[in-house]
Parts: sequence; C-alpha cells; structure tokens
Amino acid sequence: MKKIMILLFVSLFTFSANSNAKSITLGWAAWDPANALQELTKEFTAETGIDVNFEFVPWPNFADRMLNELNNKGKTFDLLIGDSQWIGAGAVYGHYVKLNDFFDKEGISMNDFSPATVYAYSTWPKGSENYYALPAMGDALAWAYRKDWFDRPELNSEFKKKYGYDLGVPANWNQLHDMCSFFQGREIDGQKRYGAAINTERGSEGITMGVTAAMYAWGMEYENPNKPYDMEGYFNSPQAVEAVEFYRKLYEDCAPPGHSDAYMVANLDAYKSGQVAFQMNWYAFWPGVSKEDSDGRVSGFFANPKQNVAAATLGGQGISVVKYSDKQDLALEYIKWFARPDVQQKWWDLGGYSCHNDVLNSPSFPTSTVYAQGFLDSMGIVKDFWQEPTFVELMLPMQEAIHDYVVNGKGTAKGALDKIIEEWVEVFEADGKL
Amino acid sequence: MSVKKKFKGLSDKAVAWLFIGPSVFLLLAINIYPLIYAIRMSFTNFYANKIGREPQFVGLKNYIKVLNKEAIWEKMQVTANFMFWTLLLQAVIGLGLALLLNRKFKGNELLTTLIVLPMMLSPAVVGVFWTYLYNPQVGLFNYVINFFHDFGSFDMIGSSVLAPWSIVIVDTWMWTPFTMLICLAGLRSVPNYLYEAAEVDRASKWQQFIYITLPSVLPFLLLALLFRGIENFKMFDMVVELTSGGPGSATELASINLKREAFEKWKTGYSSAFAVILFVTIFGFGNVYVKVMNKIKER
Repeated sequence: MKKIMILLFVSLFTFSANSNAKSITLGWAAWDPANALQELTKEFTAETGIDVNFEFVPWPNFADRMLNELNNKGKTFDLLIGDSQWIGAGAVYGHYVKLNDFFDKEGISMNDFSPATVYAYSTWPKGSENYYALPAMGDALAWAYRKDWFDRPELNSEFKKKYGYDLGVPANWNQLHDMCSFFQGREIDGQKRYGAAINTERGSEGITMGVTAAMYAWGMEYENPNKPYDMEGYFNSPQAVEAVEFYRKLYEDCAPPGHSDAYMVANLDAYKSGQVAFQMNWYAFWPGVSKEDSDGRVSGFFANPKQNVAAATLGGQGISVVKYSDKQDLALEYIKWFARPDVQQKWWDLGGYSCHNDVLNSPSFPTSTVYAQGFLDSMGIVKDFWQEPTFVELMLPMQEAIHDYVVNGKGTAKGALDKIIEEWVEVFEADGKL
Repeated sequence: MSVKKKFKGLSDKAVAWLFIGPSVFLLLAINIYPLIYAIRMSFTNFYANKIGREPQFVGLKNYIKVLNKEAIWEKMQVTANFMFWTLLLQAVIGLGLALLLNRKFKGNELLTTLIVLPMMLSPAVVGVFWTYLYNPQVGLFNYVINFFHDFGSFDMIGSSVLAPWSIVIVDTWMWTPFTMLICLAGLRSVPNYLYEAAEVDRASKWQQFIYITLPSVLPFLLLALLFRGIENFKMFDMVVELTSGGPGSATELASINLKREAFEKWKTGYSSAFAVILFVTIFGFGNVYVKVMNKIKER
C-alpha cells in the first residue's frame, strides 16, 4: 500500500511538473473574439504540444484586473492581449517584453501587418521601431443598423418626404441624427422603437470611446502637432465643442429610455431586442450580430460617418509577452505561430480580425463578409485616445466631465473640455511631461 | 493533556497574553500597520504604479490639495446628503416597523422574516438587480409609481435629480430592517410594569409612547444609526453597481472617488491624504456621537 501511495505521488508530481512545463496562460477580455481564439489555439496545441489556458475577464473589470496584475509583477499570465492604450505603460514600466530581437530572429516583419495597427498596437514611443506587441485583433468603433426596416418602402417614402433623401447608410453625422430621430418613438410591428444605442457608460471608458467617434469626425486633435502636450485650442477647439454638443443632442433625441450608462453589452442588448434602429459598437461584435439575425432582422453595417473629416475611434489589441512570466520561451513560440499568414487567415475565418496584410489585401476579403469592407475603410482612418503610461489618469476625468455634460446635462461642452484639459495638464506635470 | 496541565507554570498574565496575542498581532498587522503606512504615504508624492520611482517627501501638500479641491467638497456634499436622508428614513421607518412588529398578531413571525430578507443580500447583487427594477422601459419601479399617478417614463439612474434618490431608496430598502431589529430588541426590553403603571395613572397611548417607549428605545436607535452612519460613510459596492457614481458625478460618494484616485489613477500619496482626512472625520464624528449617546443613556 505504501509503495502504491509513493508511486501515485511520484506520478502526480511528474504529471503536474510536465503539465506546468508545457502550458501557458493567456489573458484577454471575455467577448466573442476570445472564444474564436480559444478555438483557433487548439491547432497550436496540436502542433506543439503546448497547452494554452485562458483567463477571460469581463470588460468592465478587464483593465483593473490586468493592470493590477502587471503592477504587482504577477506571473498569472504569460501572454496578454492588452488594450492599445496600455502599450505606453507596458513599455515604460517594463511589463512587456520588447520583441524586436525575437522578430528579427524569426523573420517576422512588421511590414507584413497593416501600418495603422502596427502603429497603434505595437510601438512605443509611438511610430518608433520598438515593438512590444504583435497586432492581434484589429478593431474600430462602427455602426450596425436595421437594414430590414430601411428597406421597407412605406418607411423610406415617409422619411424621404420629411428629409428629402433616401433612408440608407448615413453620409455624415447630421444624416445619422435625422435617421435616428425618425425612428425615435416610432411604432413598428406593434412595438415602440428608438433611434440609436450609443455609448454612455460612466465607469470605465464607454462614453469617451463614443464621444471621440464624433470628435474625431469633426476634426479634433488632442494636442498641437508641433508642440506635444499643448492642448489648449486643439482638444477644446470650436469643432471639438460642436462635436460634444452634437453627441449630447444625439443622446437626448435618439437614445432609448434608460440608456444612460451603456456600453458594449447594453448596446448589443438594445439592438438585439429590437429596441433601436442603430447601435454603435466595435467590429468585434459584428460576426455575432450578423450570425444571430433572425425573425426578419437583417443587419447592415457601416464605418463611422464623417463630418468634417473621415475618422473612427480605434479599438483592438496587440498580443504581448509578460516580462514576469517564467515561460517566455513558450509564449514567444505562440506568437511565432500566431504571426503565420495561414493562421491569420484562419483567425479571420473564425471571427477574429486579422491585421495581416496577406489577409486584408486578399481580393476576396472585402466581400468575404458584409462588414469586411467597412472594417477595411475604418482601419485606414482610425485615431486613438492617449496611449501614454498615464492613460487611466487621463481617461477618468474625461469620463466624468463628458458624462456630466452629455447624460447629466450639466454645464457646457466647452466647460467640460476645459475641465478635462485642466486635469490632463496636472497629470502630465506629475509625469514630468510638462 | 488537560488545559490546566498545559498552562501549568505560566502566570495569569502570561496566559492572558497567550490568548490575546494572536488578536493583537492581527490587529497590528492588518489595521495599525496599514494605517501608519498610509499616514506616512500621505506626506509623499508616491504613485504605486510607477515602478522604480522613489517617493519624495512633500510635507502637507497633499492635504492642502485635497482640502482645496472643489470636486472633493462636491463628493463630500453628495455623501452628506446620502447619509442624512438614509439615516432619517431608516430611523423613522425602522422604528415604525419595530412598533408594528412588537404587537402580537397572526403572521408576525413570517412578516418579520420577509422584512429582514433584503439585508441578507449582497450589496453588489442588490445594486445590479435594482438597475433592472429602475429601468424606465421594463422596470417594476416605474410601473408601480405610474400605477398610482401617470408620470410617464422617467429614468431614475440617468437623471441628476433622481439618481441621488435612487441610491437613498435602495439603501433604505436594504437596511431599514437592521434599524428595525435593533429597535425591536429595545422595545422588548421595556418592562411591562411601566405600561401597567402608566395605565393606572391614566396616561394616553401617545403619552406612553413619549414618556416610556421613546426614551427606552432611543439608545438602541442611536446605536443602530451609528452603525449605519459609519457604513454609509464608506458606502461603495451598491452605488458602484447601481450608478457607477453617475450620471456625471451626481452620486459619486467620497469612497468611490477615493477608490478611483487610489486604484485607478494610482495617486497613492494624494489618496492616502484623502483617506486620512476621511478617517479623522468619521472618527471625530463617531466620538462626539458616542459621547452624546452615553449622555442620553445616563438620563
């Protein structure tokens, strides 16, 4: 009996030692693309024998959970698919492994990936050739709409009579407002419908991601291009003020009742339950939305409309190796595998958004899905929030001030933007940038 | 080995220390040390997320900054409003329910159990399900209010006027049973002969309430309010789940702001100073309150 126990103990120990040596853990947000990646990764395990464990954190807690882990030099994750804004902190505070030598050794070229995604997800300082991530998931804020309602002749003729043009993909934000207002409170198939489910979330980044979609389209710049961190007259320019005022108007005139703290899931719910004609959301969700079209619902998709300029809010993430991991070699092996063009093609086929040129430049890509062309258009015009190491400190005052103005109806748009600049100056001063 | 034998040879003092030692150690490690560390940090410009950056001594700068920041006073005002209305409502309704349940009637025990249920739930869960109850389209709250008077669709957590009330209502719903239970304990400790004597003296029910019931139950009620006051001063989870401090900052209590400064912006020095100020405030109020309560008890 004693011998059996010893044997059992030794085999258990060996098994656990082996499984530890050949497994890595990948952290990401809990959403549809993460499930697609889990599916894709089965091939990696089959090829290499390396098990990949996944920890997917719900979006509202994603940044808190991951950034705390990195700040505490945690070893939970070997690979992390972190938000684009984290790249500055990942590089400056040494959380991410610099990948240049690895890329050179393995022949992975950043020229093989879409330039906008390399710039946004991989480099720090921005635009340099220091790479801390491989572009993993291209994404931008876009719009889905009820194409089946738009195609109804009676609705179209009523709309045309009122506004003088056809219901369709809005050419600019004014048309978007017209269309959303048209559907607001309208009864369709015996149910009351509303205009648009837009981002209004207060706690993490929701309303900022939403309002910047308008601000970028109006031509807002964060800073003076010739004098970094000089924000006065840029971030609070008349165009930026007009954009914020417009976003409030869109919220007041077109959002469904109770849509005052809504982001990804709430927008999806409002759309899927048939409440709204439009929803603002990330491309990442469109495969799911498209697949779930049923009961007569037909979804159409389009890139963020332009106003003064064509622009879209950047989403998406790069995949990085965590500096504190004891299994960096295995994690790098995963990145090497993931960078392969054939794997990238499968990634797109499964519902992930590849950033690889071979996939994006393929002649069949634009027609491969109903949202593929929109994705291509968007990735050419994306703009991102600050990617500074202090991005959370920069995000929070914007969340508060914009929510206070748009949802709470307090103060003026100019006042809100001035207040944000005031807070940002303080953050940059504390960080030694000003 | 018997306890007696085990401790043989140890003095009474040593045995006493043996028993209280672990508690003292835990108290020092979990409460006192972090407190002293936070006080020390409050005099520095420390950022917990800036690895390798040594904190520098900045004197009273953080305290001056906190006290001069208009936004902080706004959060304190939101907290004060929240505390005032929740304590007032919980005192009045809690005492009322206790008086009701102190009477003997059929179903008394079942009713007590039902009333006590909300305080057994997790505050985070309560916050989440009340967001559904408050939903202007499908929520029960709108339906019930509109059943009595047609106000139309209104958004409790999206309106800056209604949102502060939305958190007051939920906290009152959840914690009035606590006040009620403490008051009920007080009511049941009042000896019956006092009421019998009052009856003999032909005192009215109102006089009995004013001169017997209220003075007897007041120390209990004040104790319940002390507990609730301390809890509501540091209220966090329920409000975060319900409103995230919004719309804008309409329901951003001091504790929510402190968490954002400390663990999202990582302004460790600044937030330590803010935490110390909050601690001193609640400690000061608590002390004054306990002294007043003791005086009432002595009367």
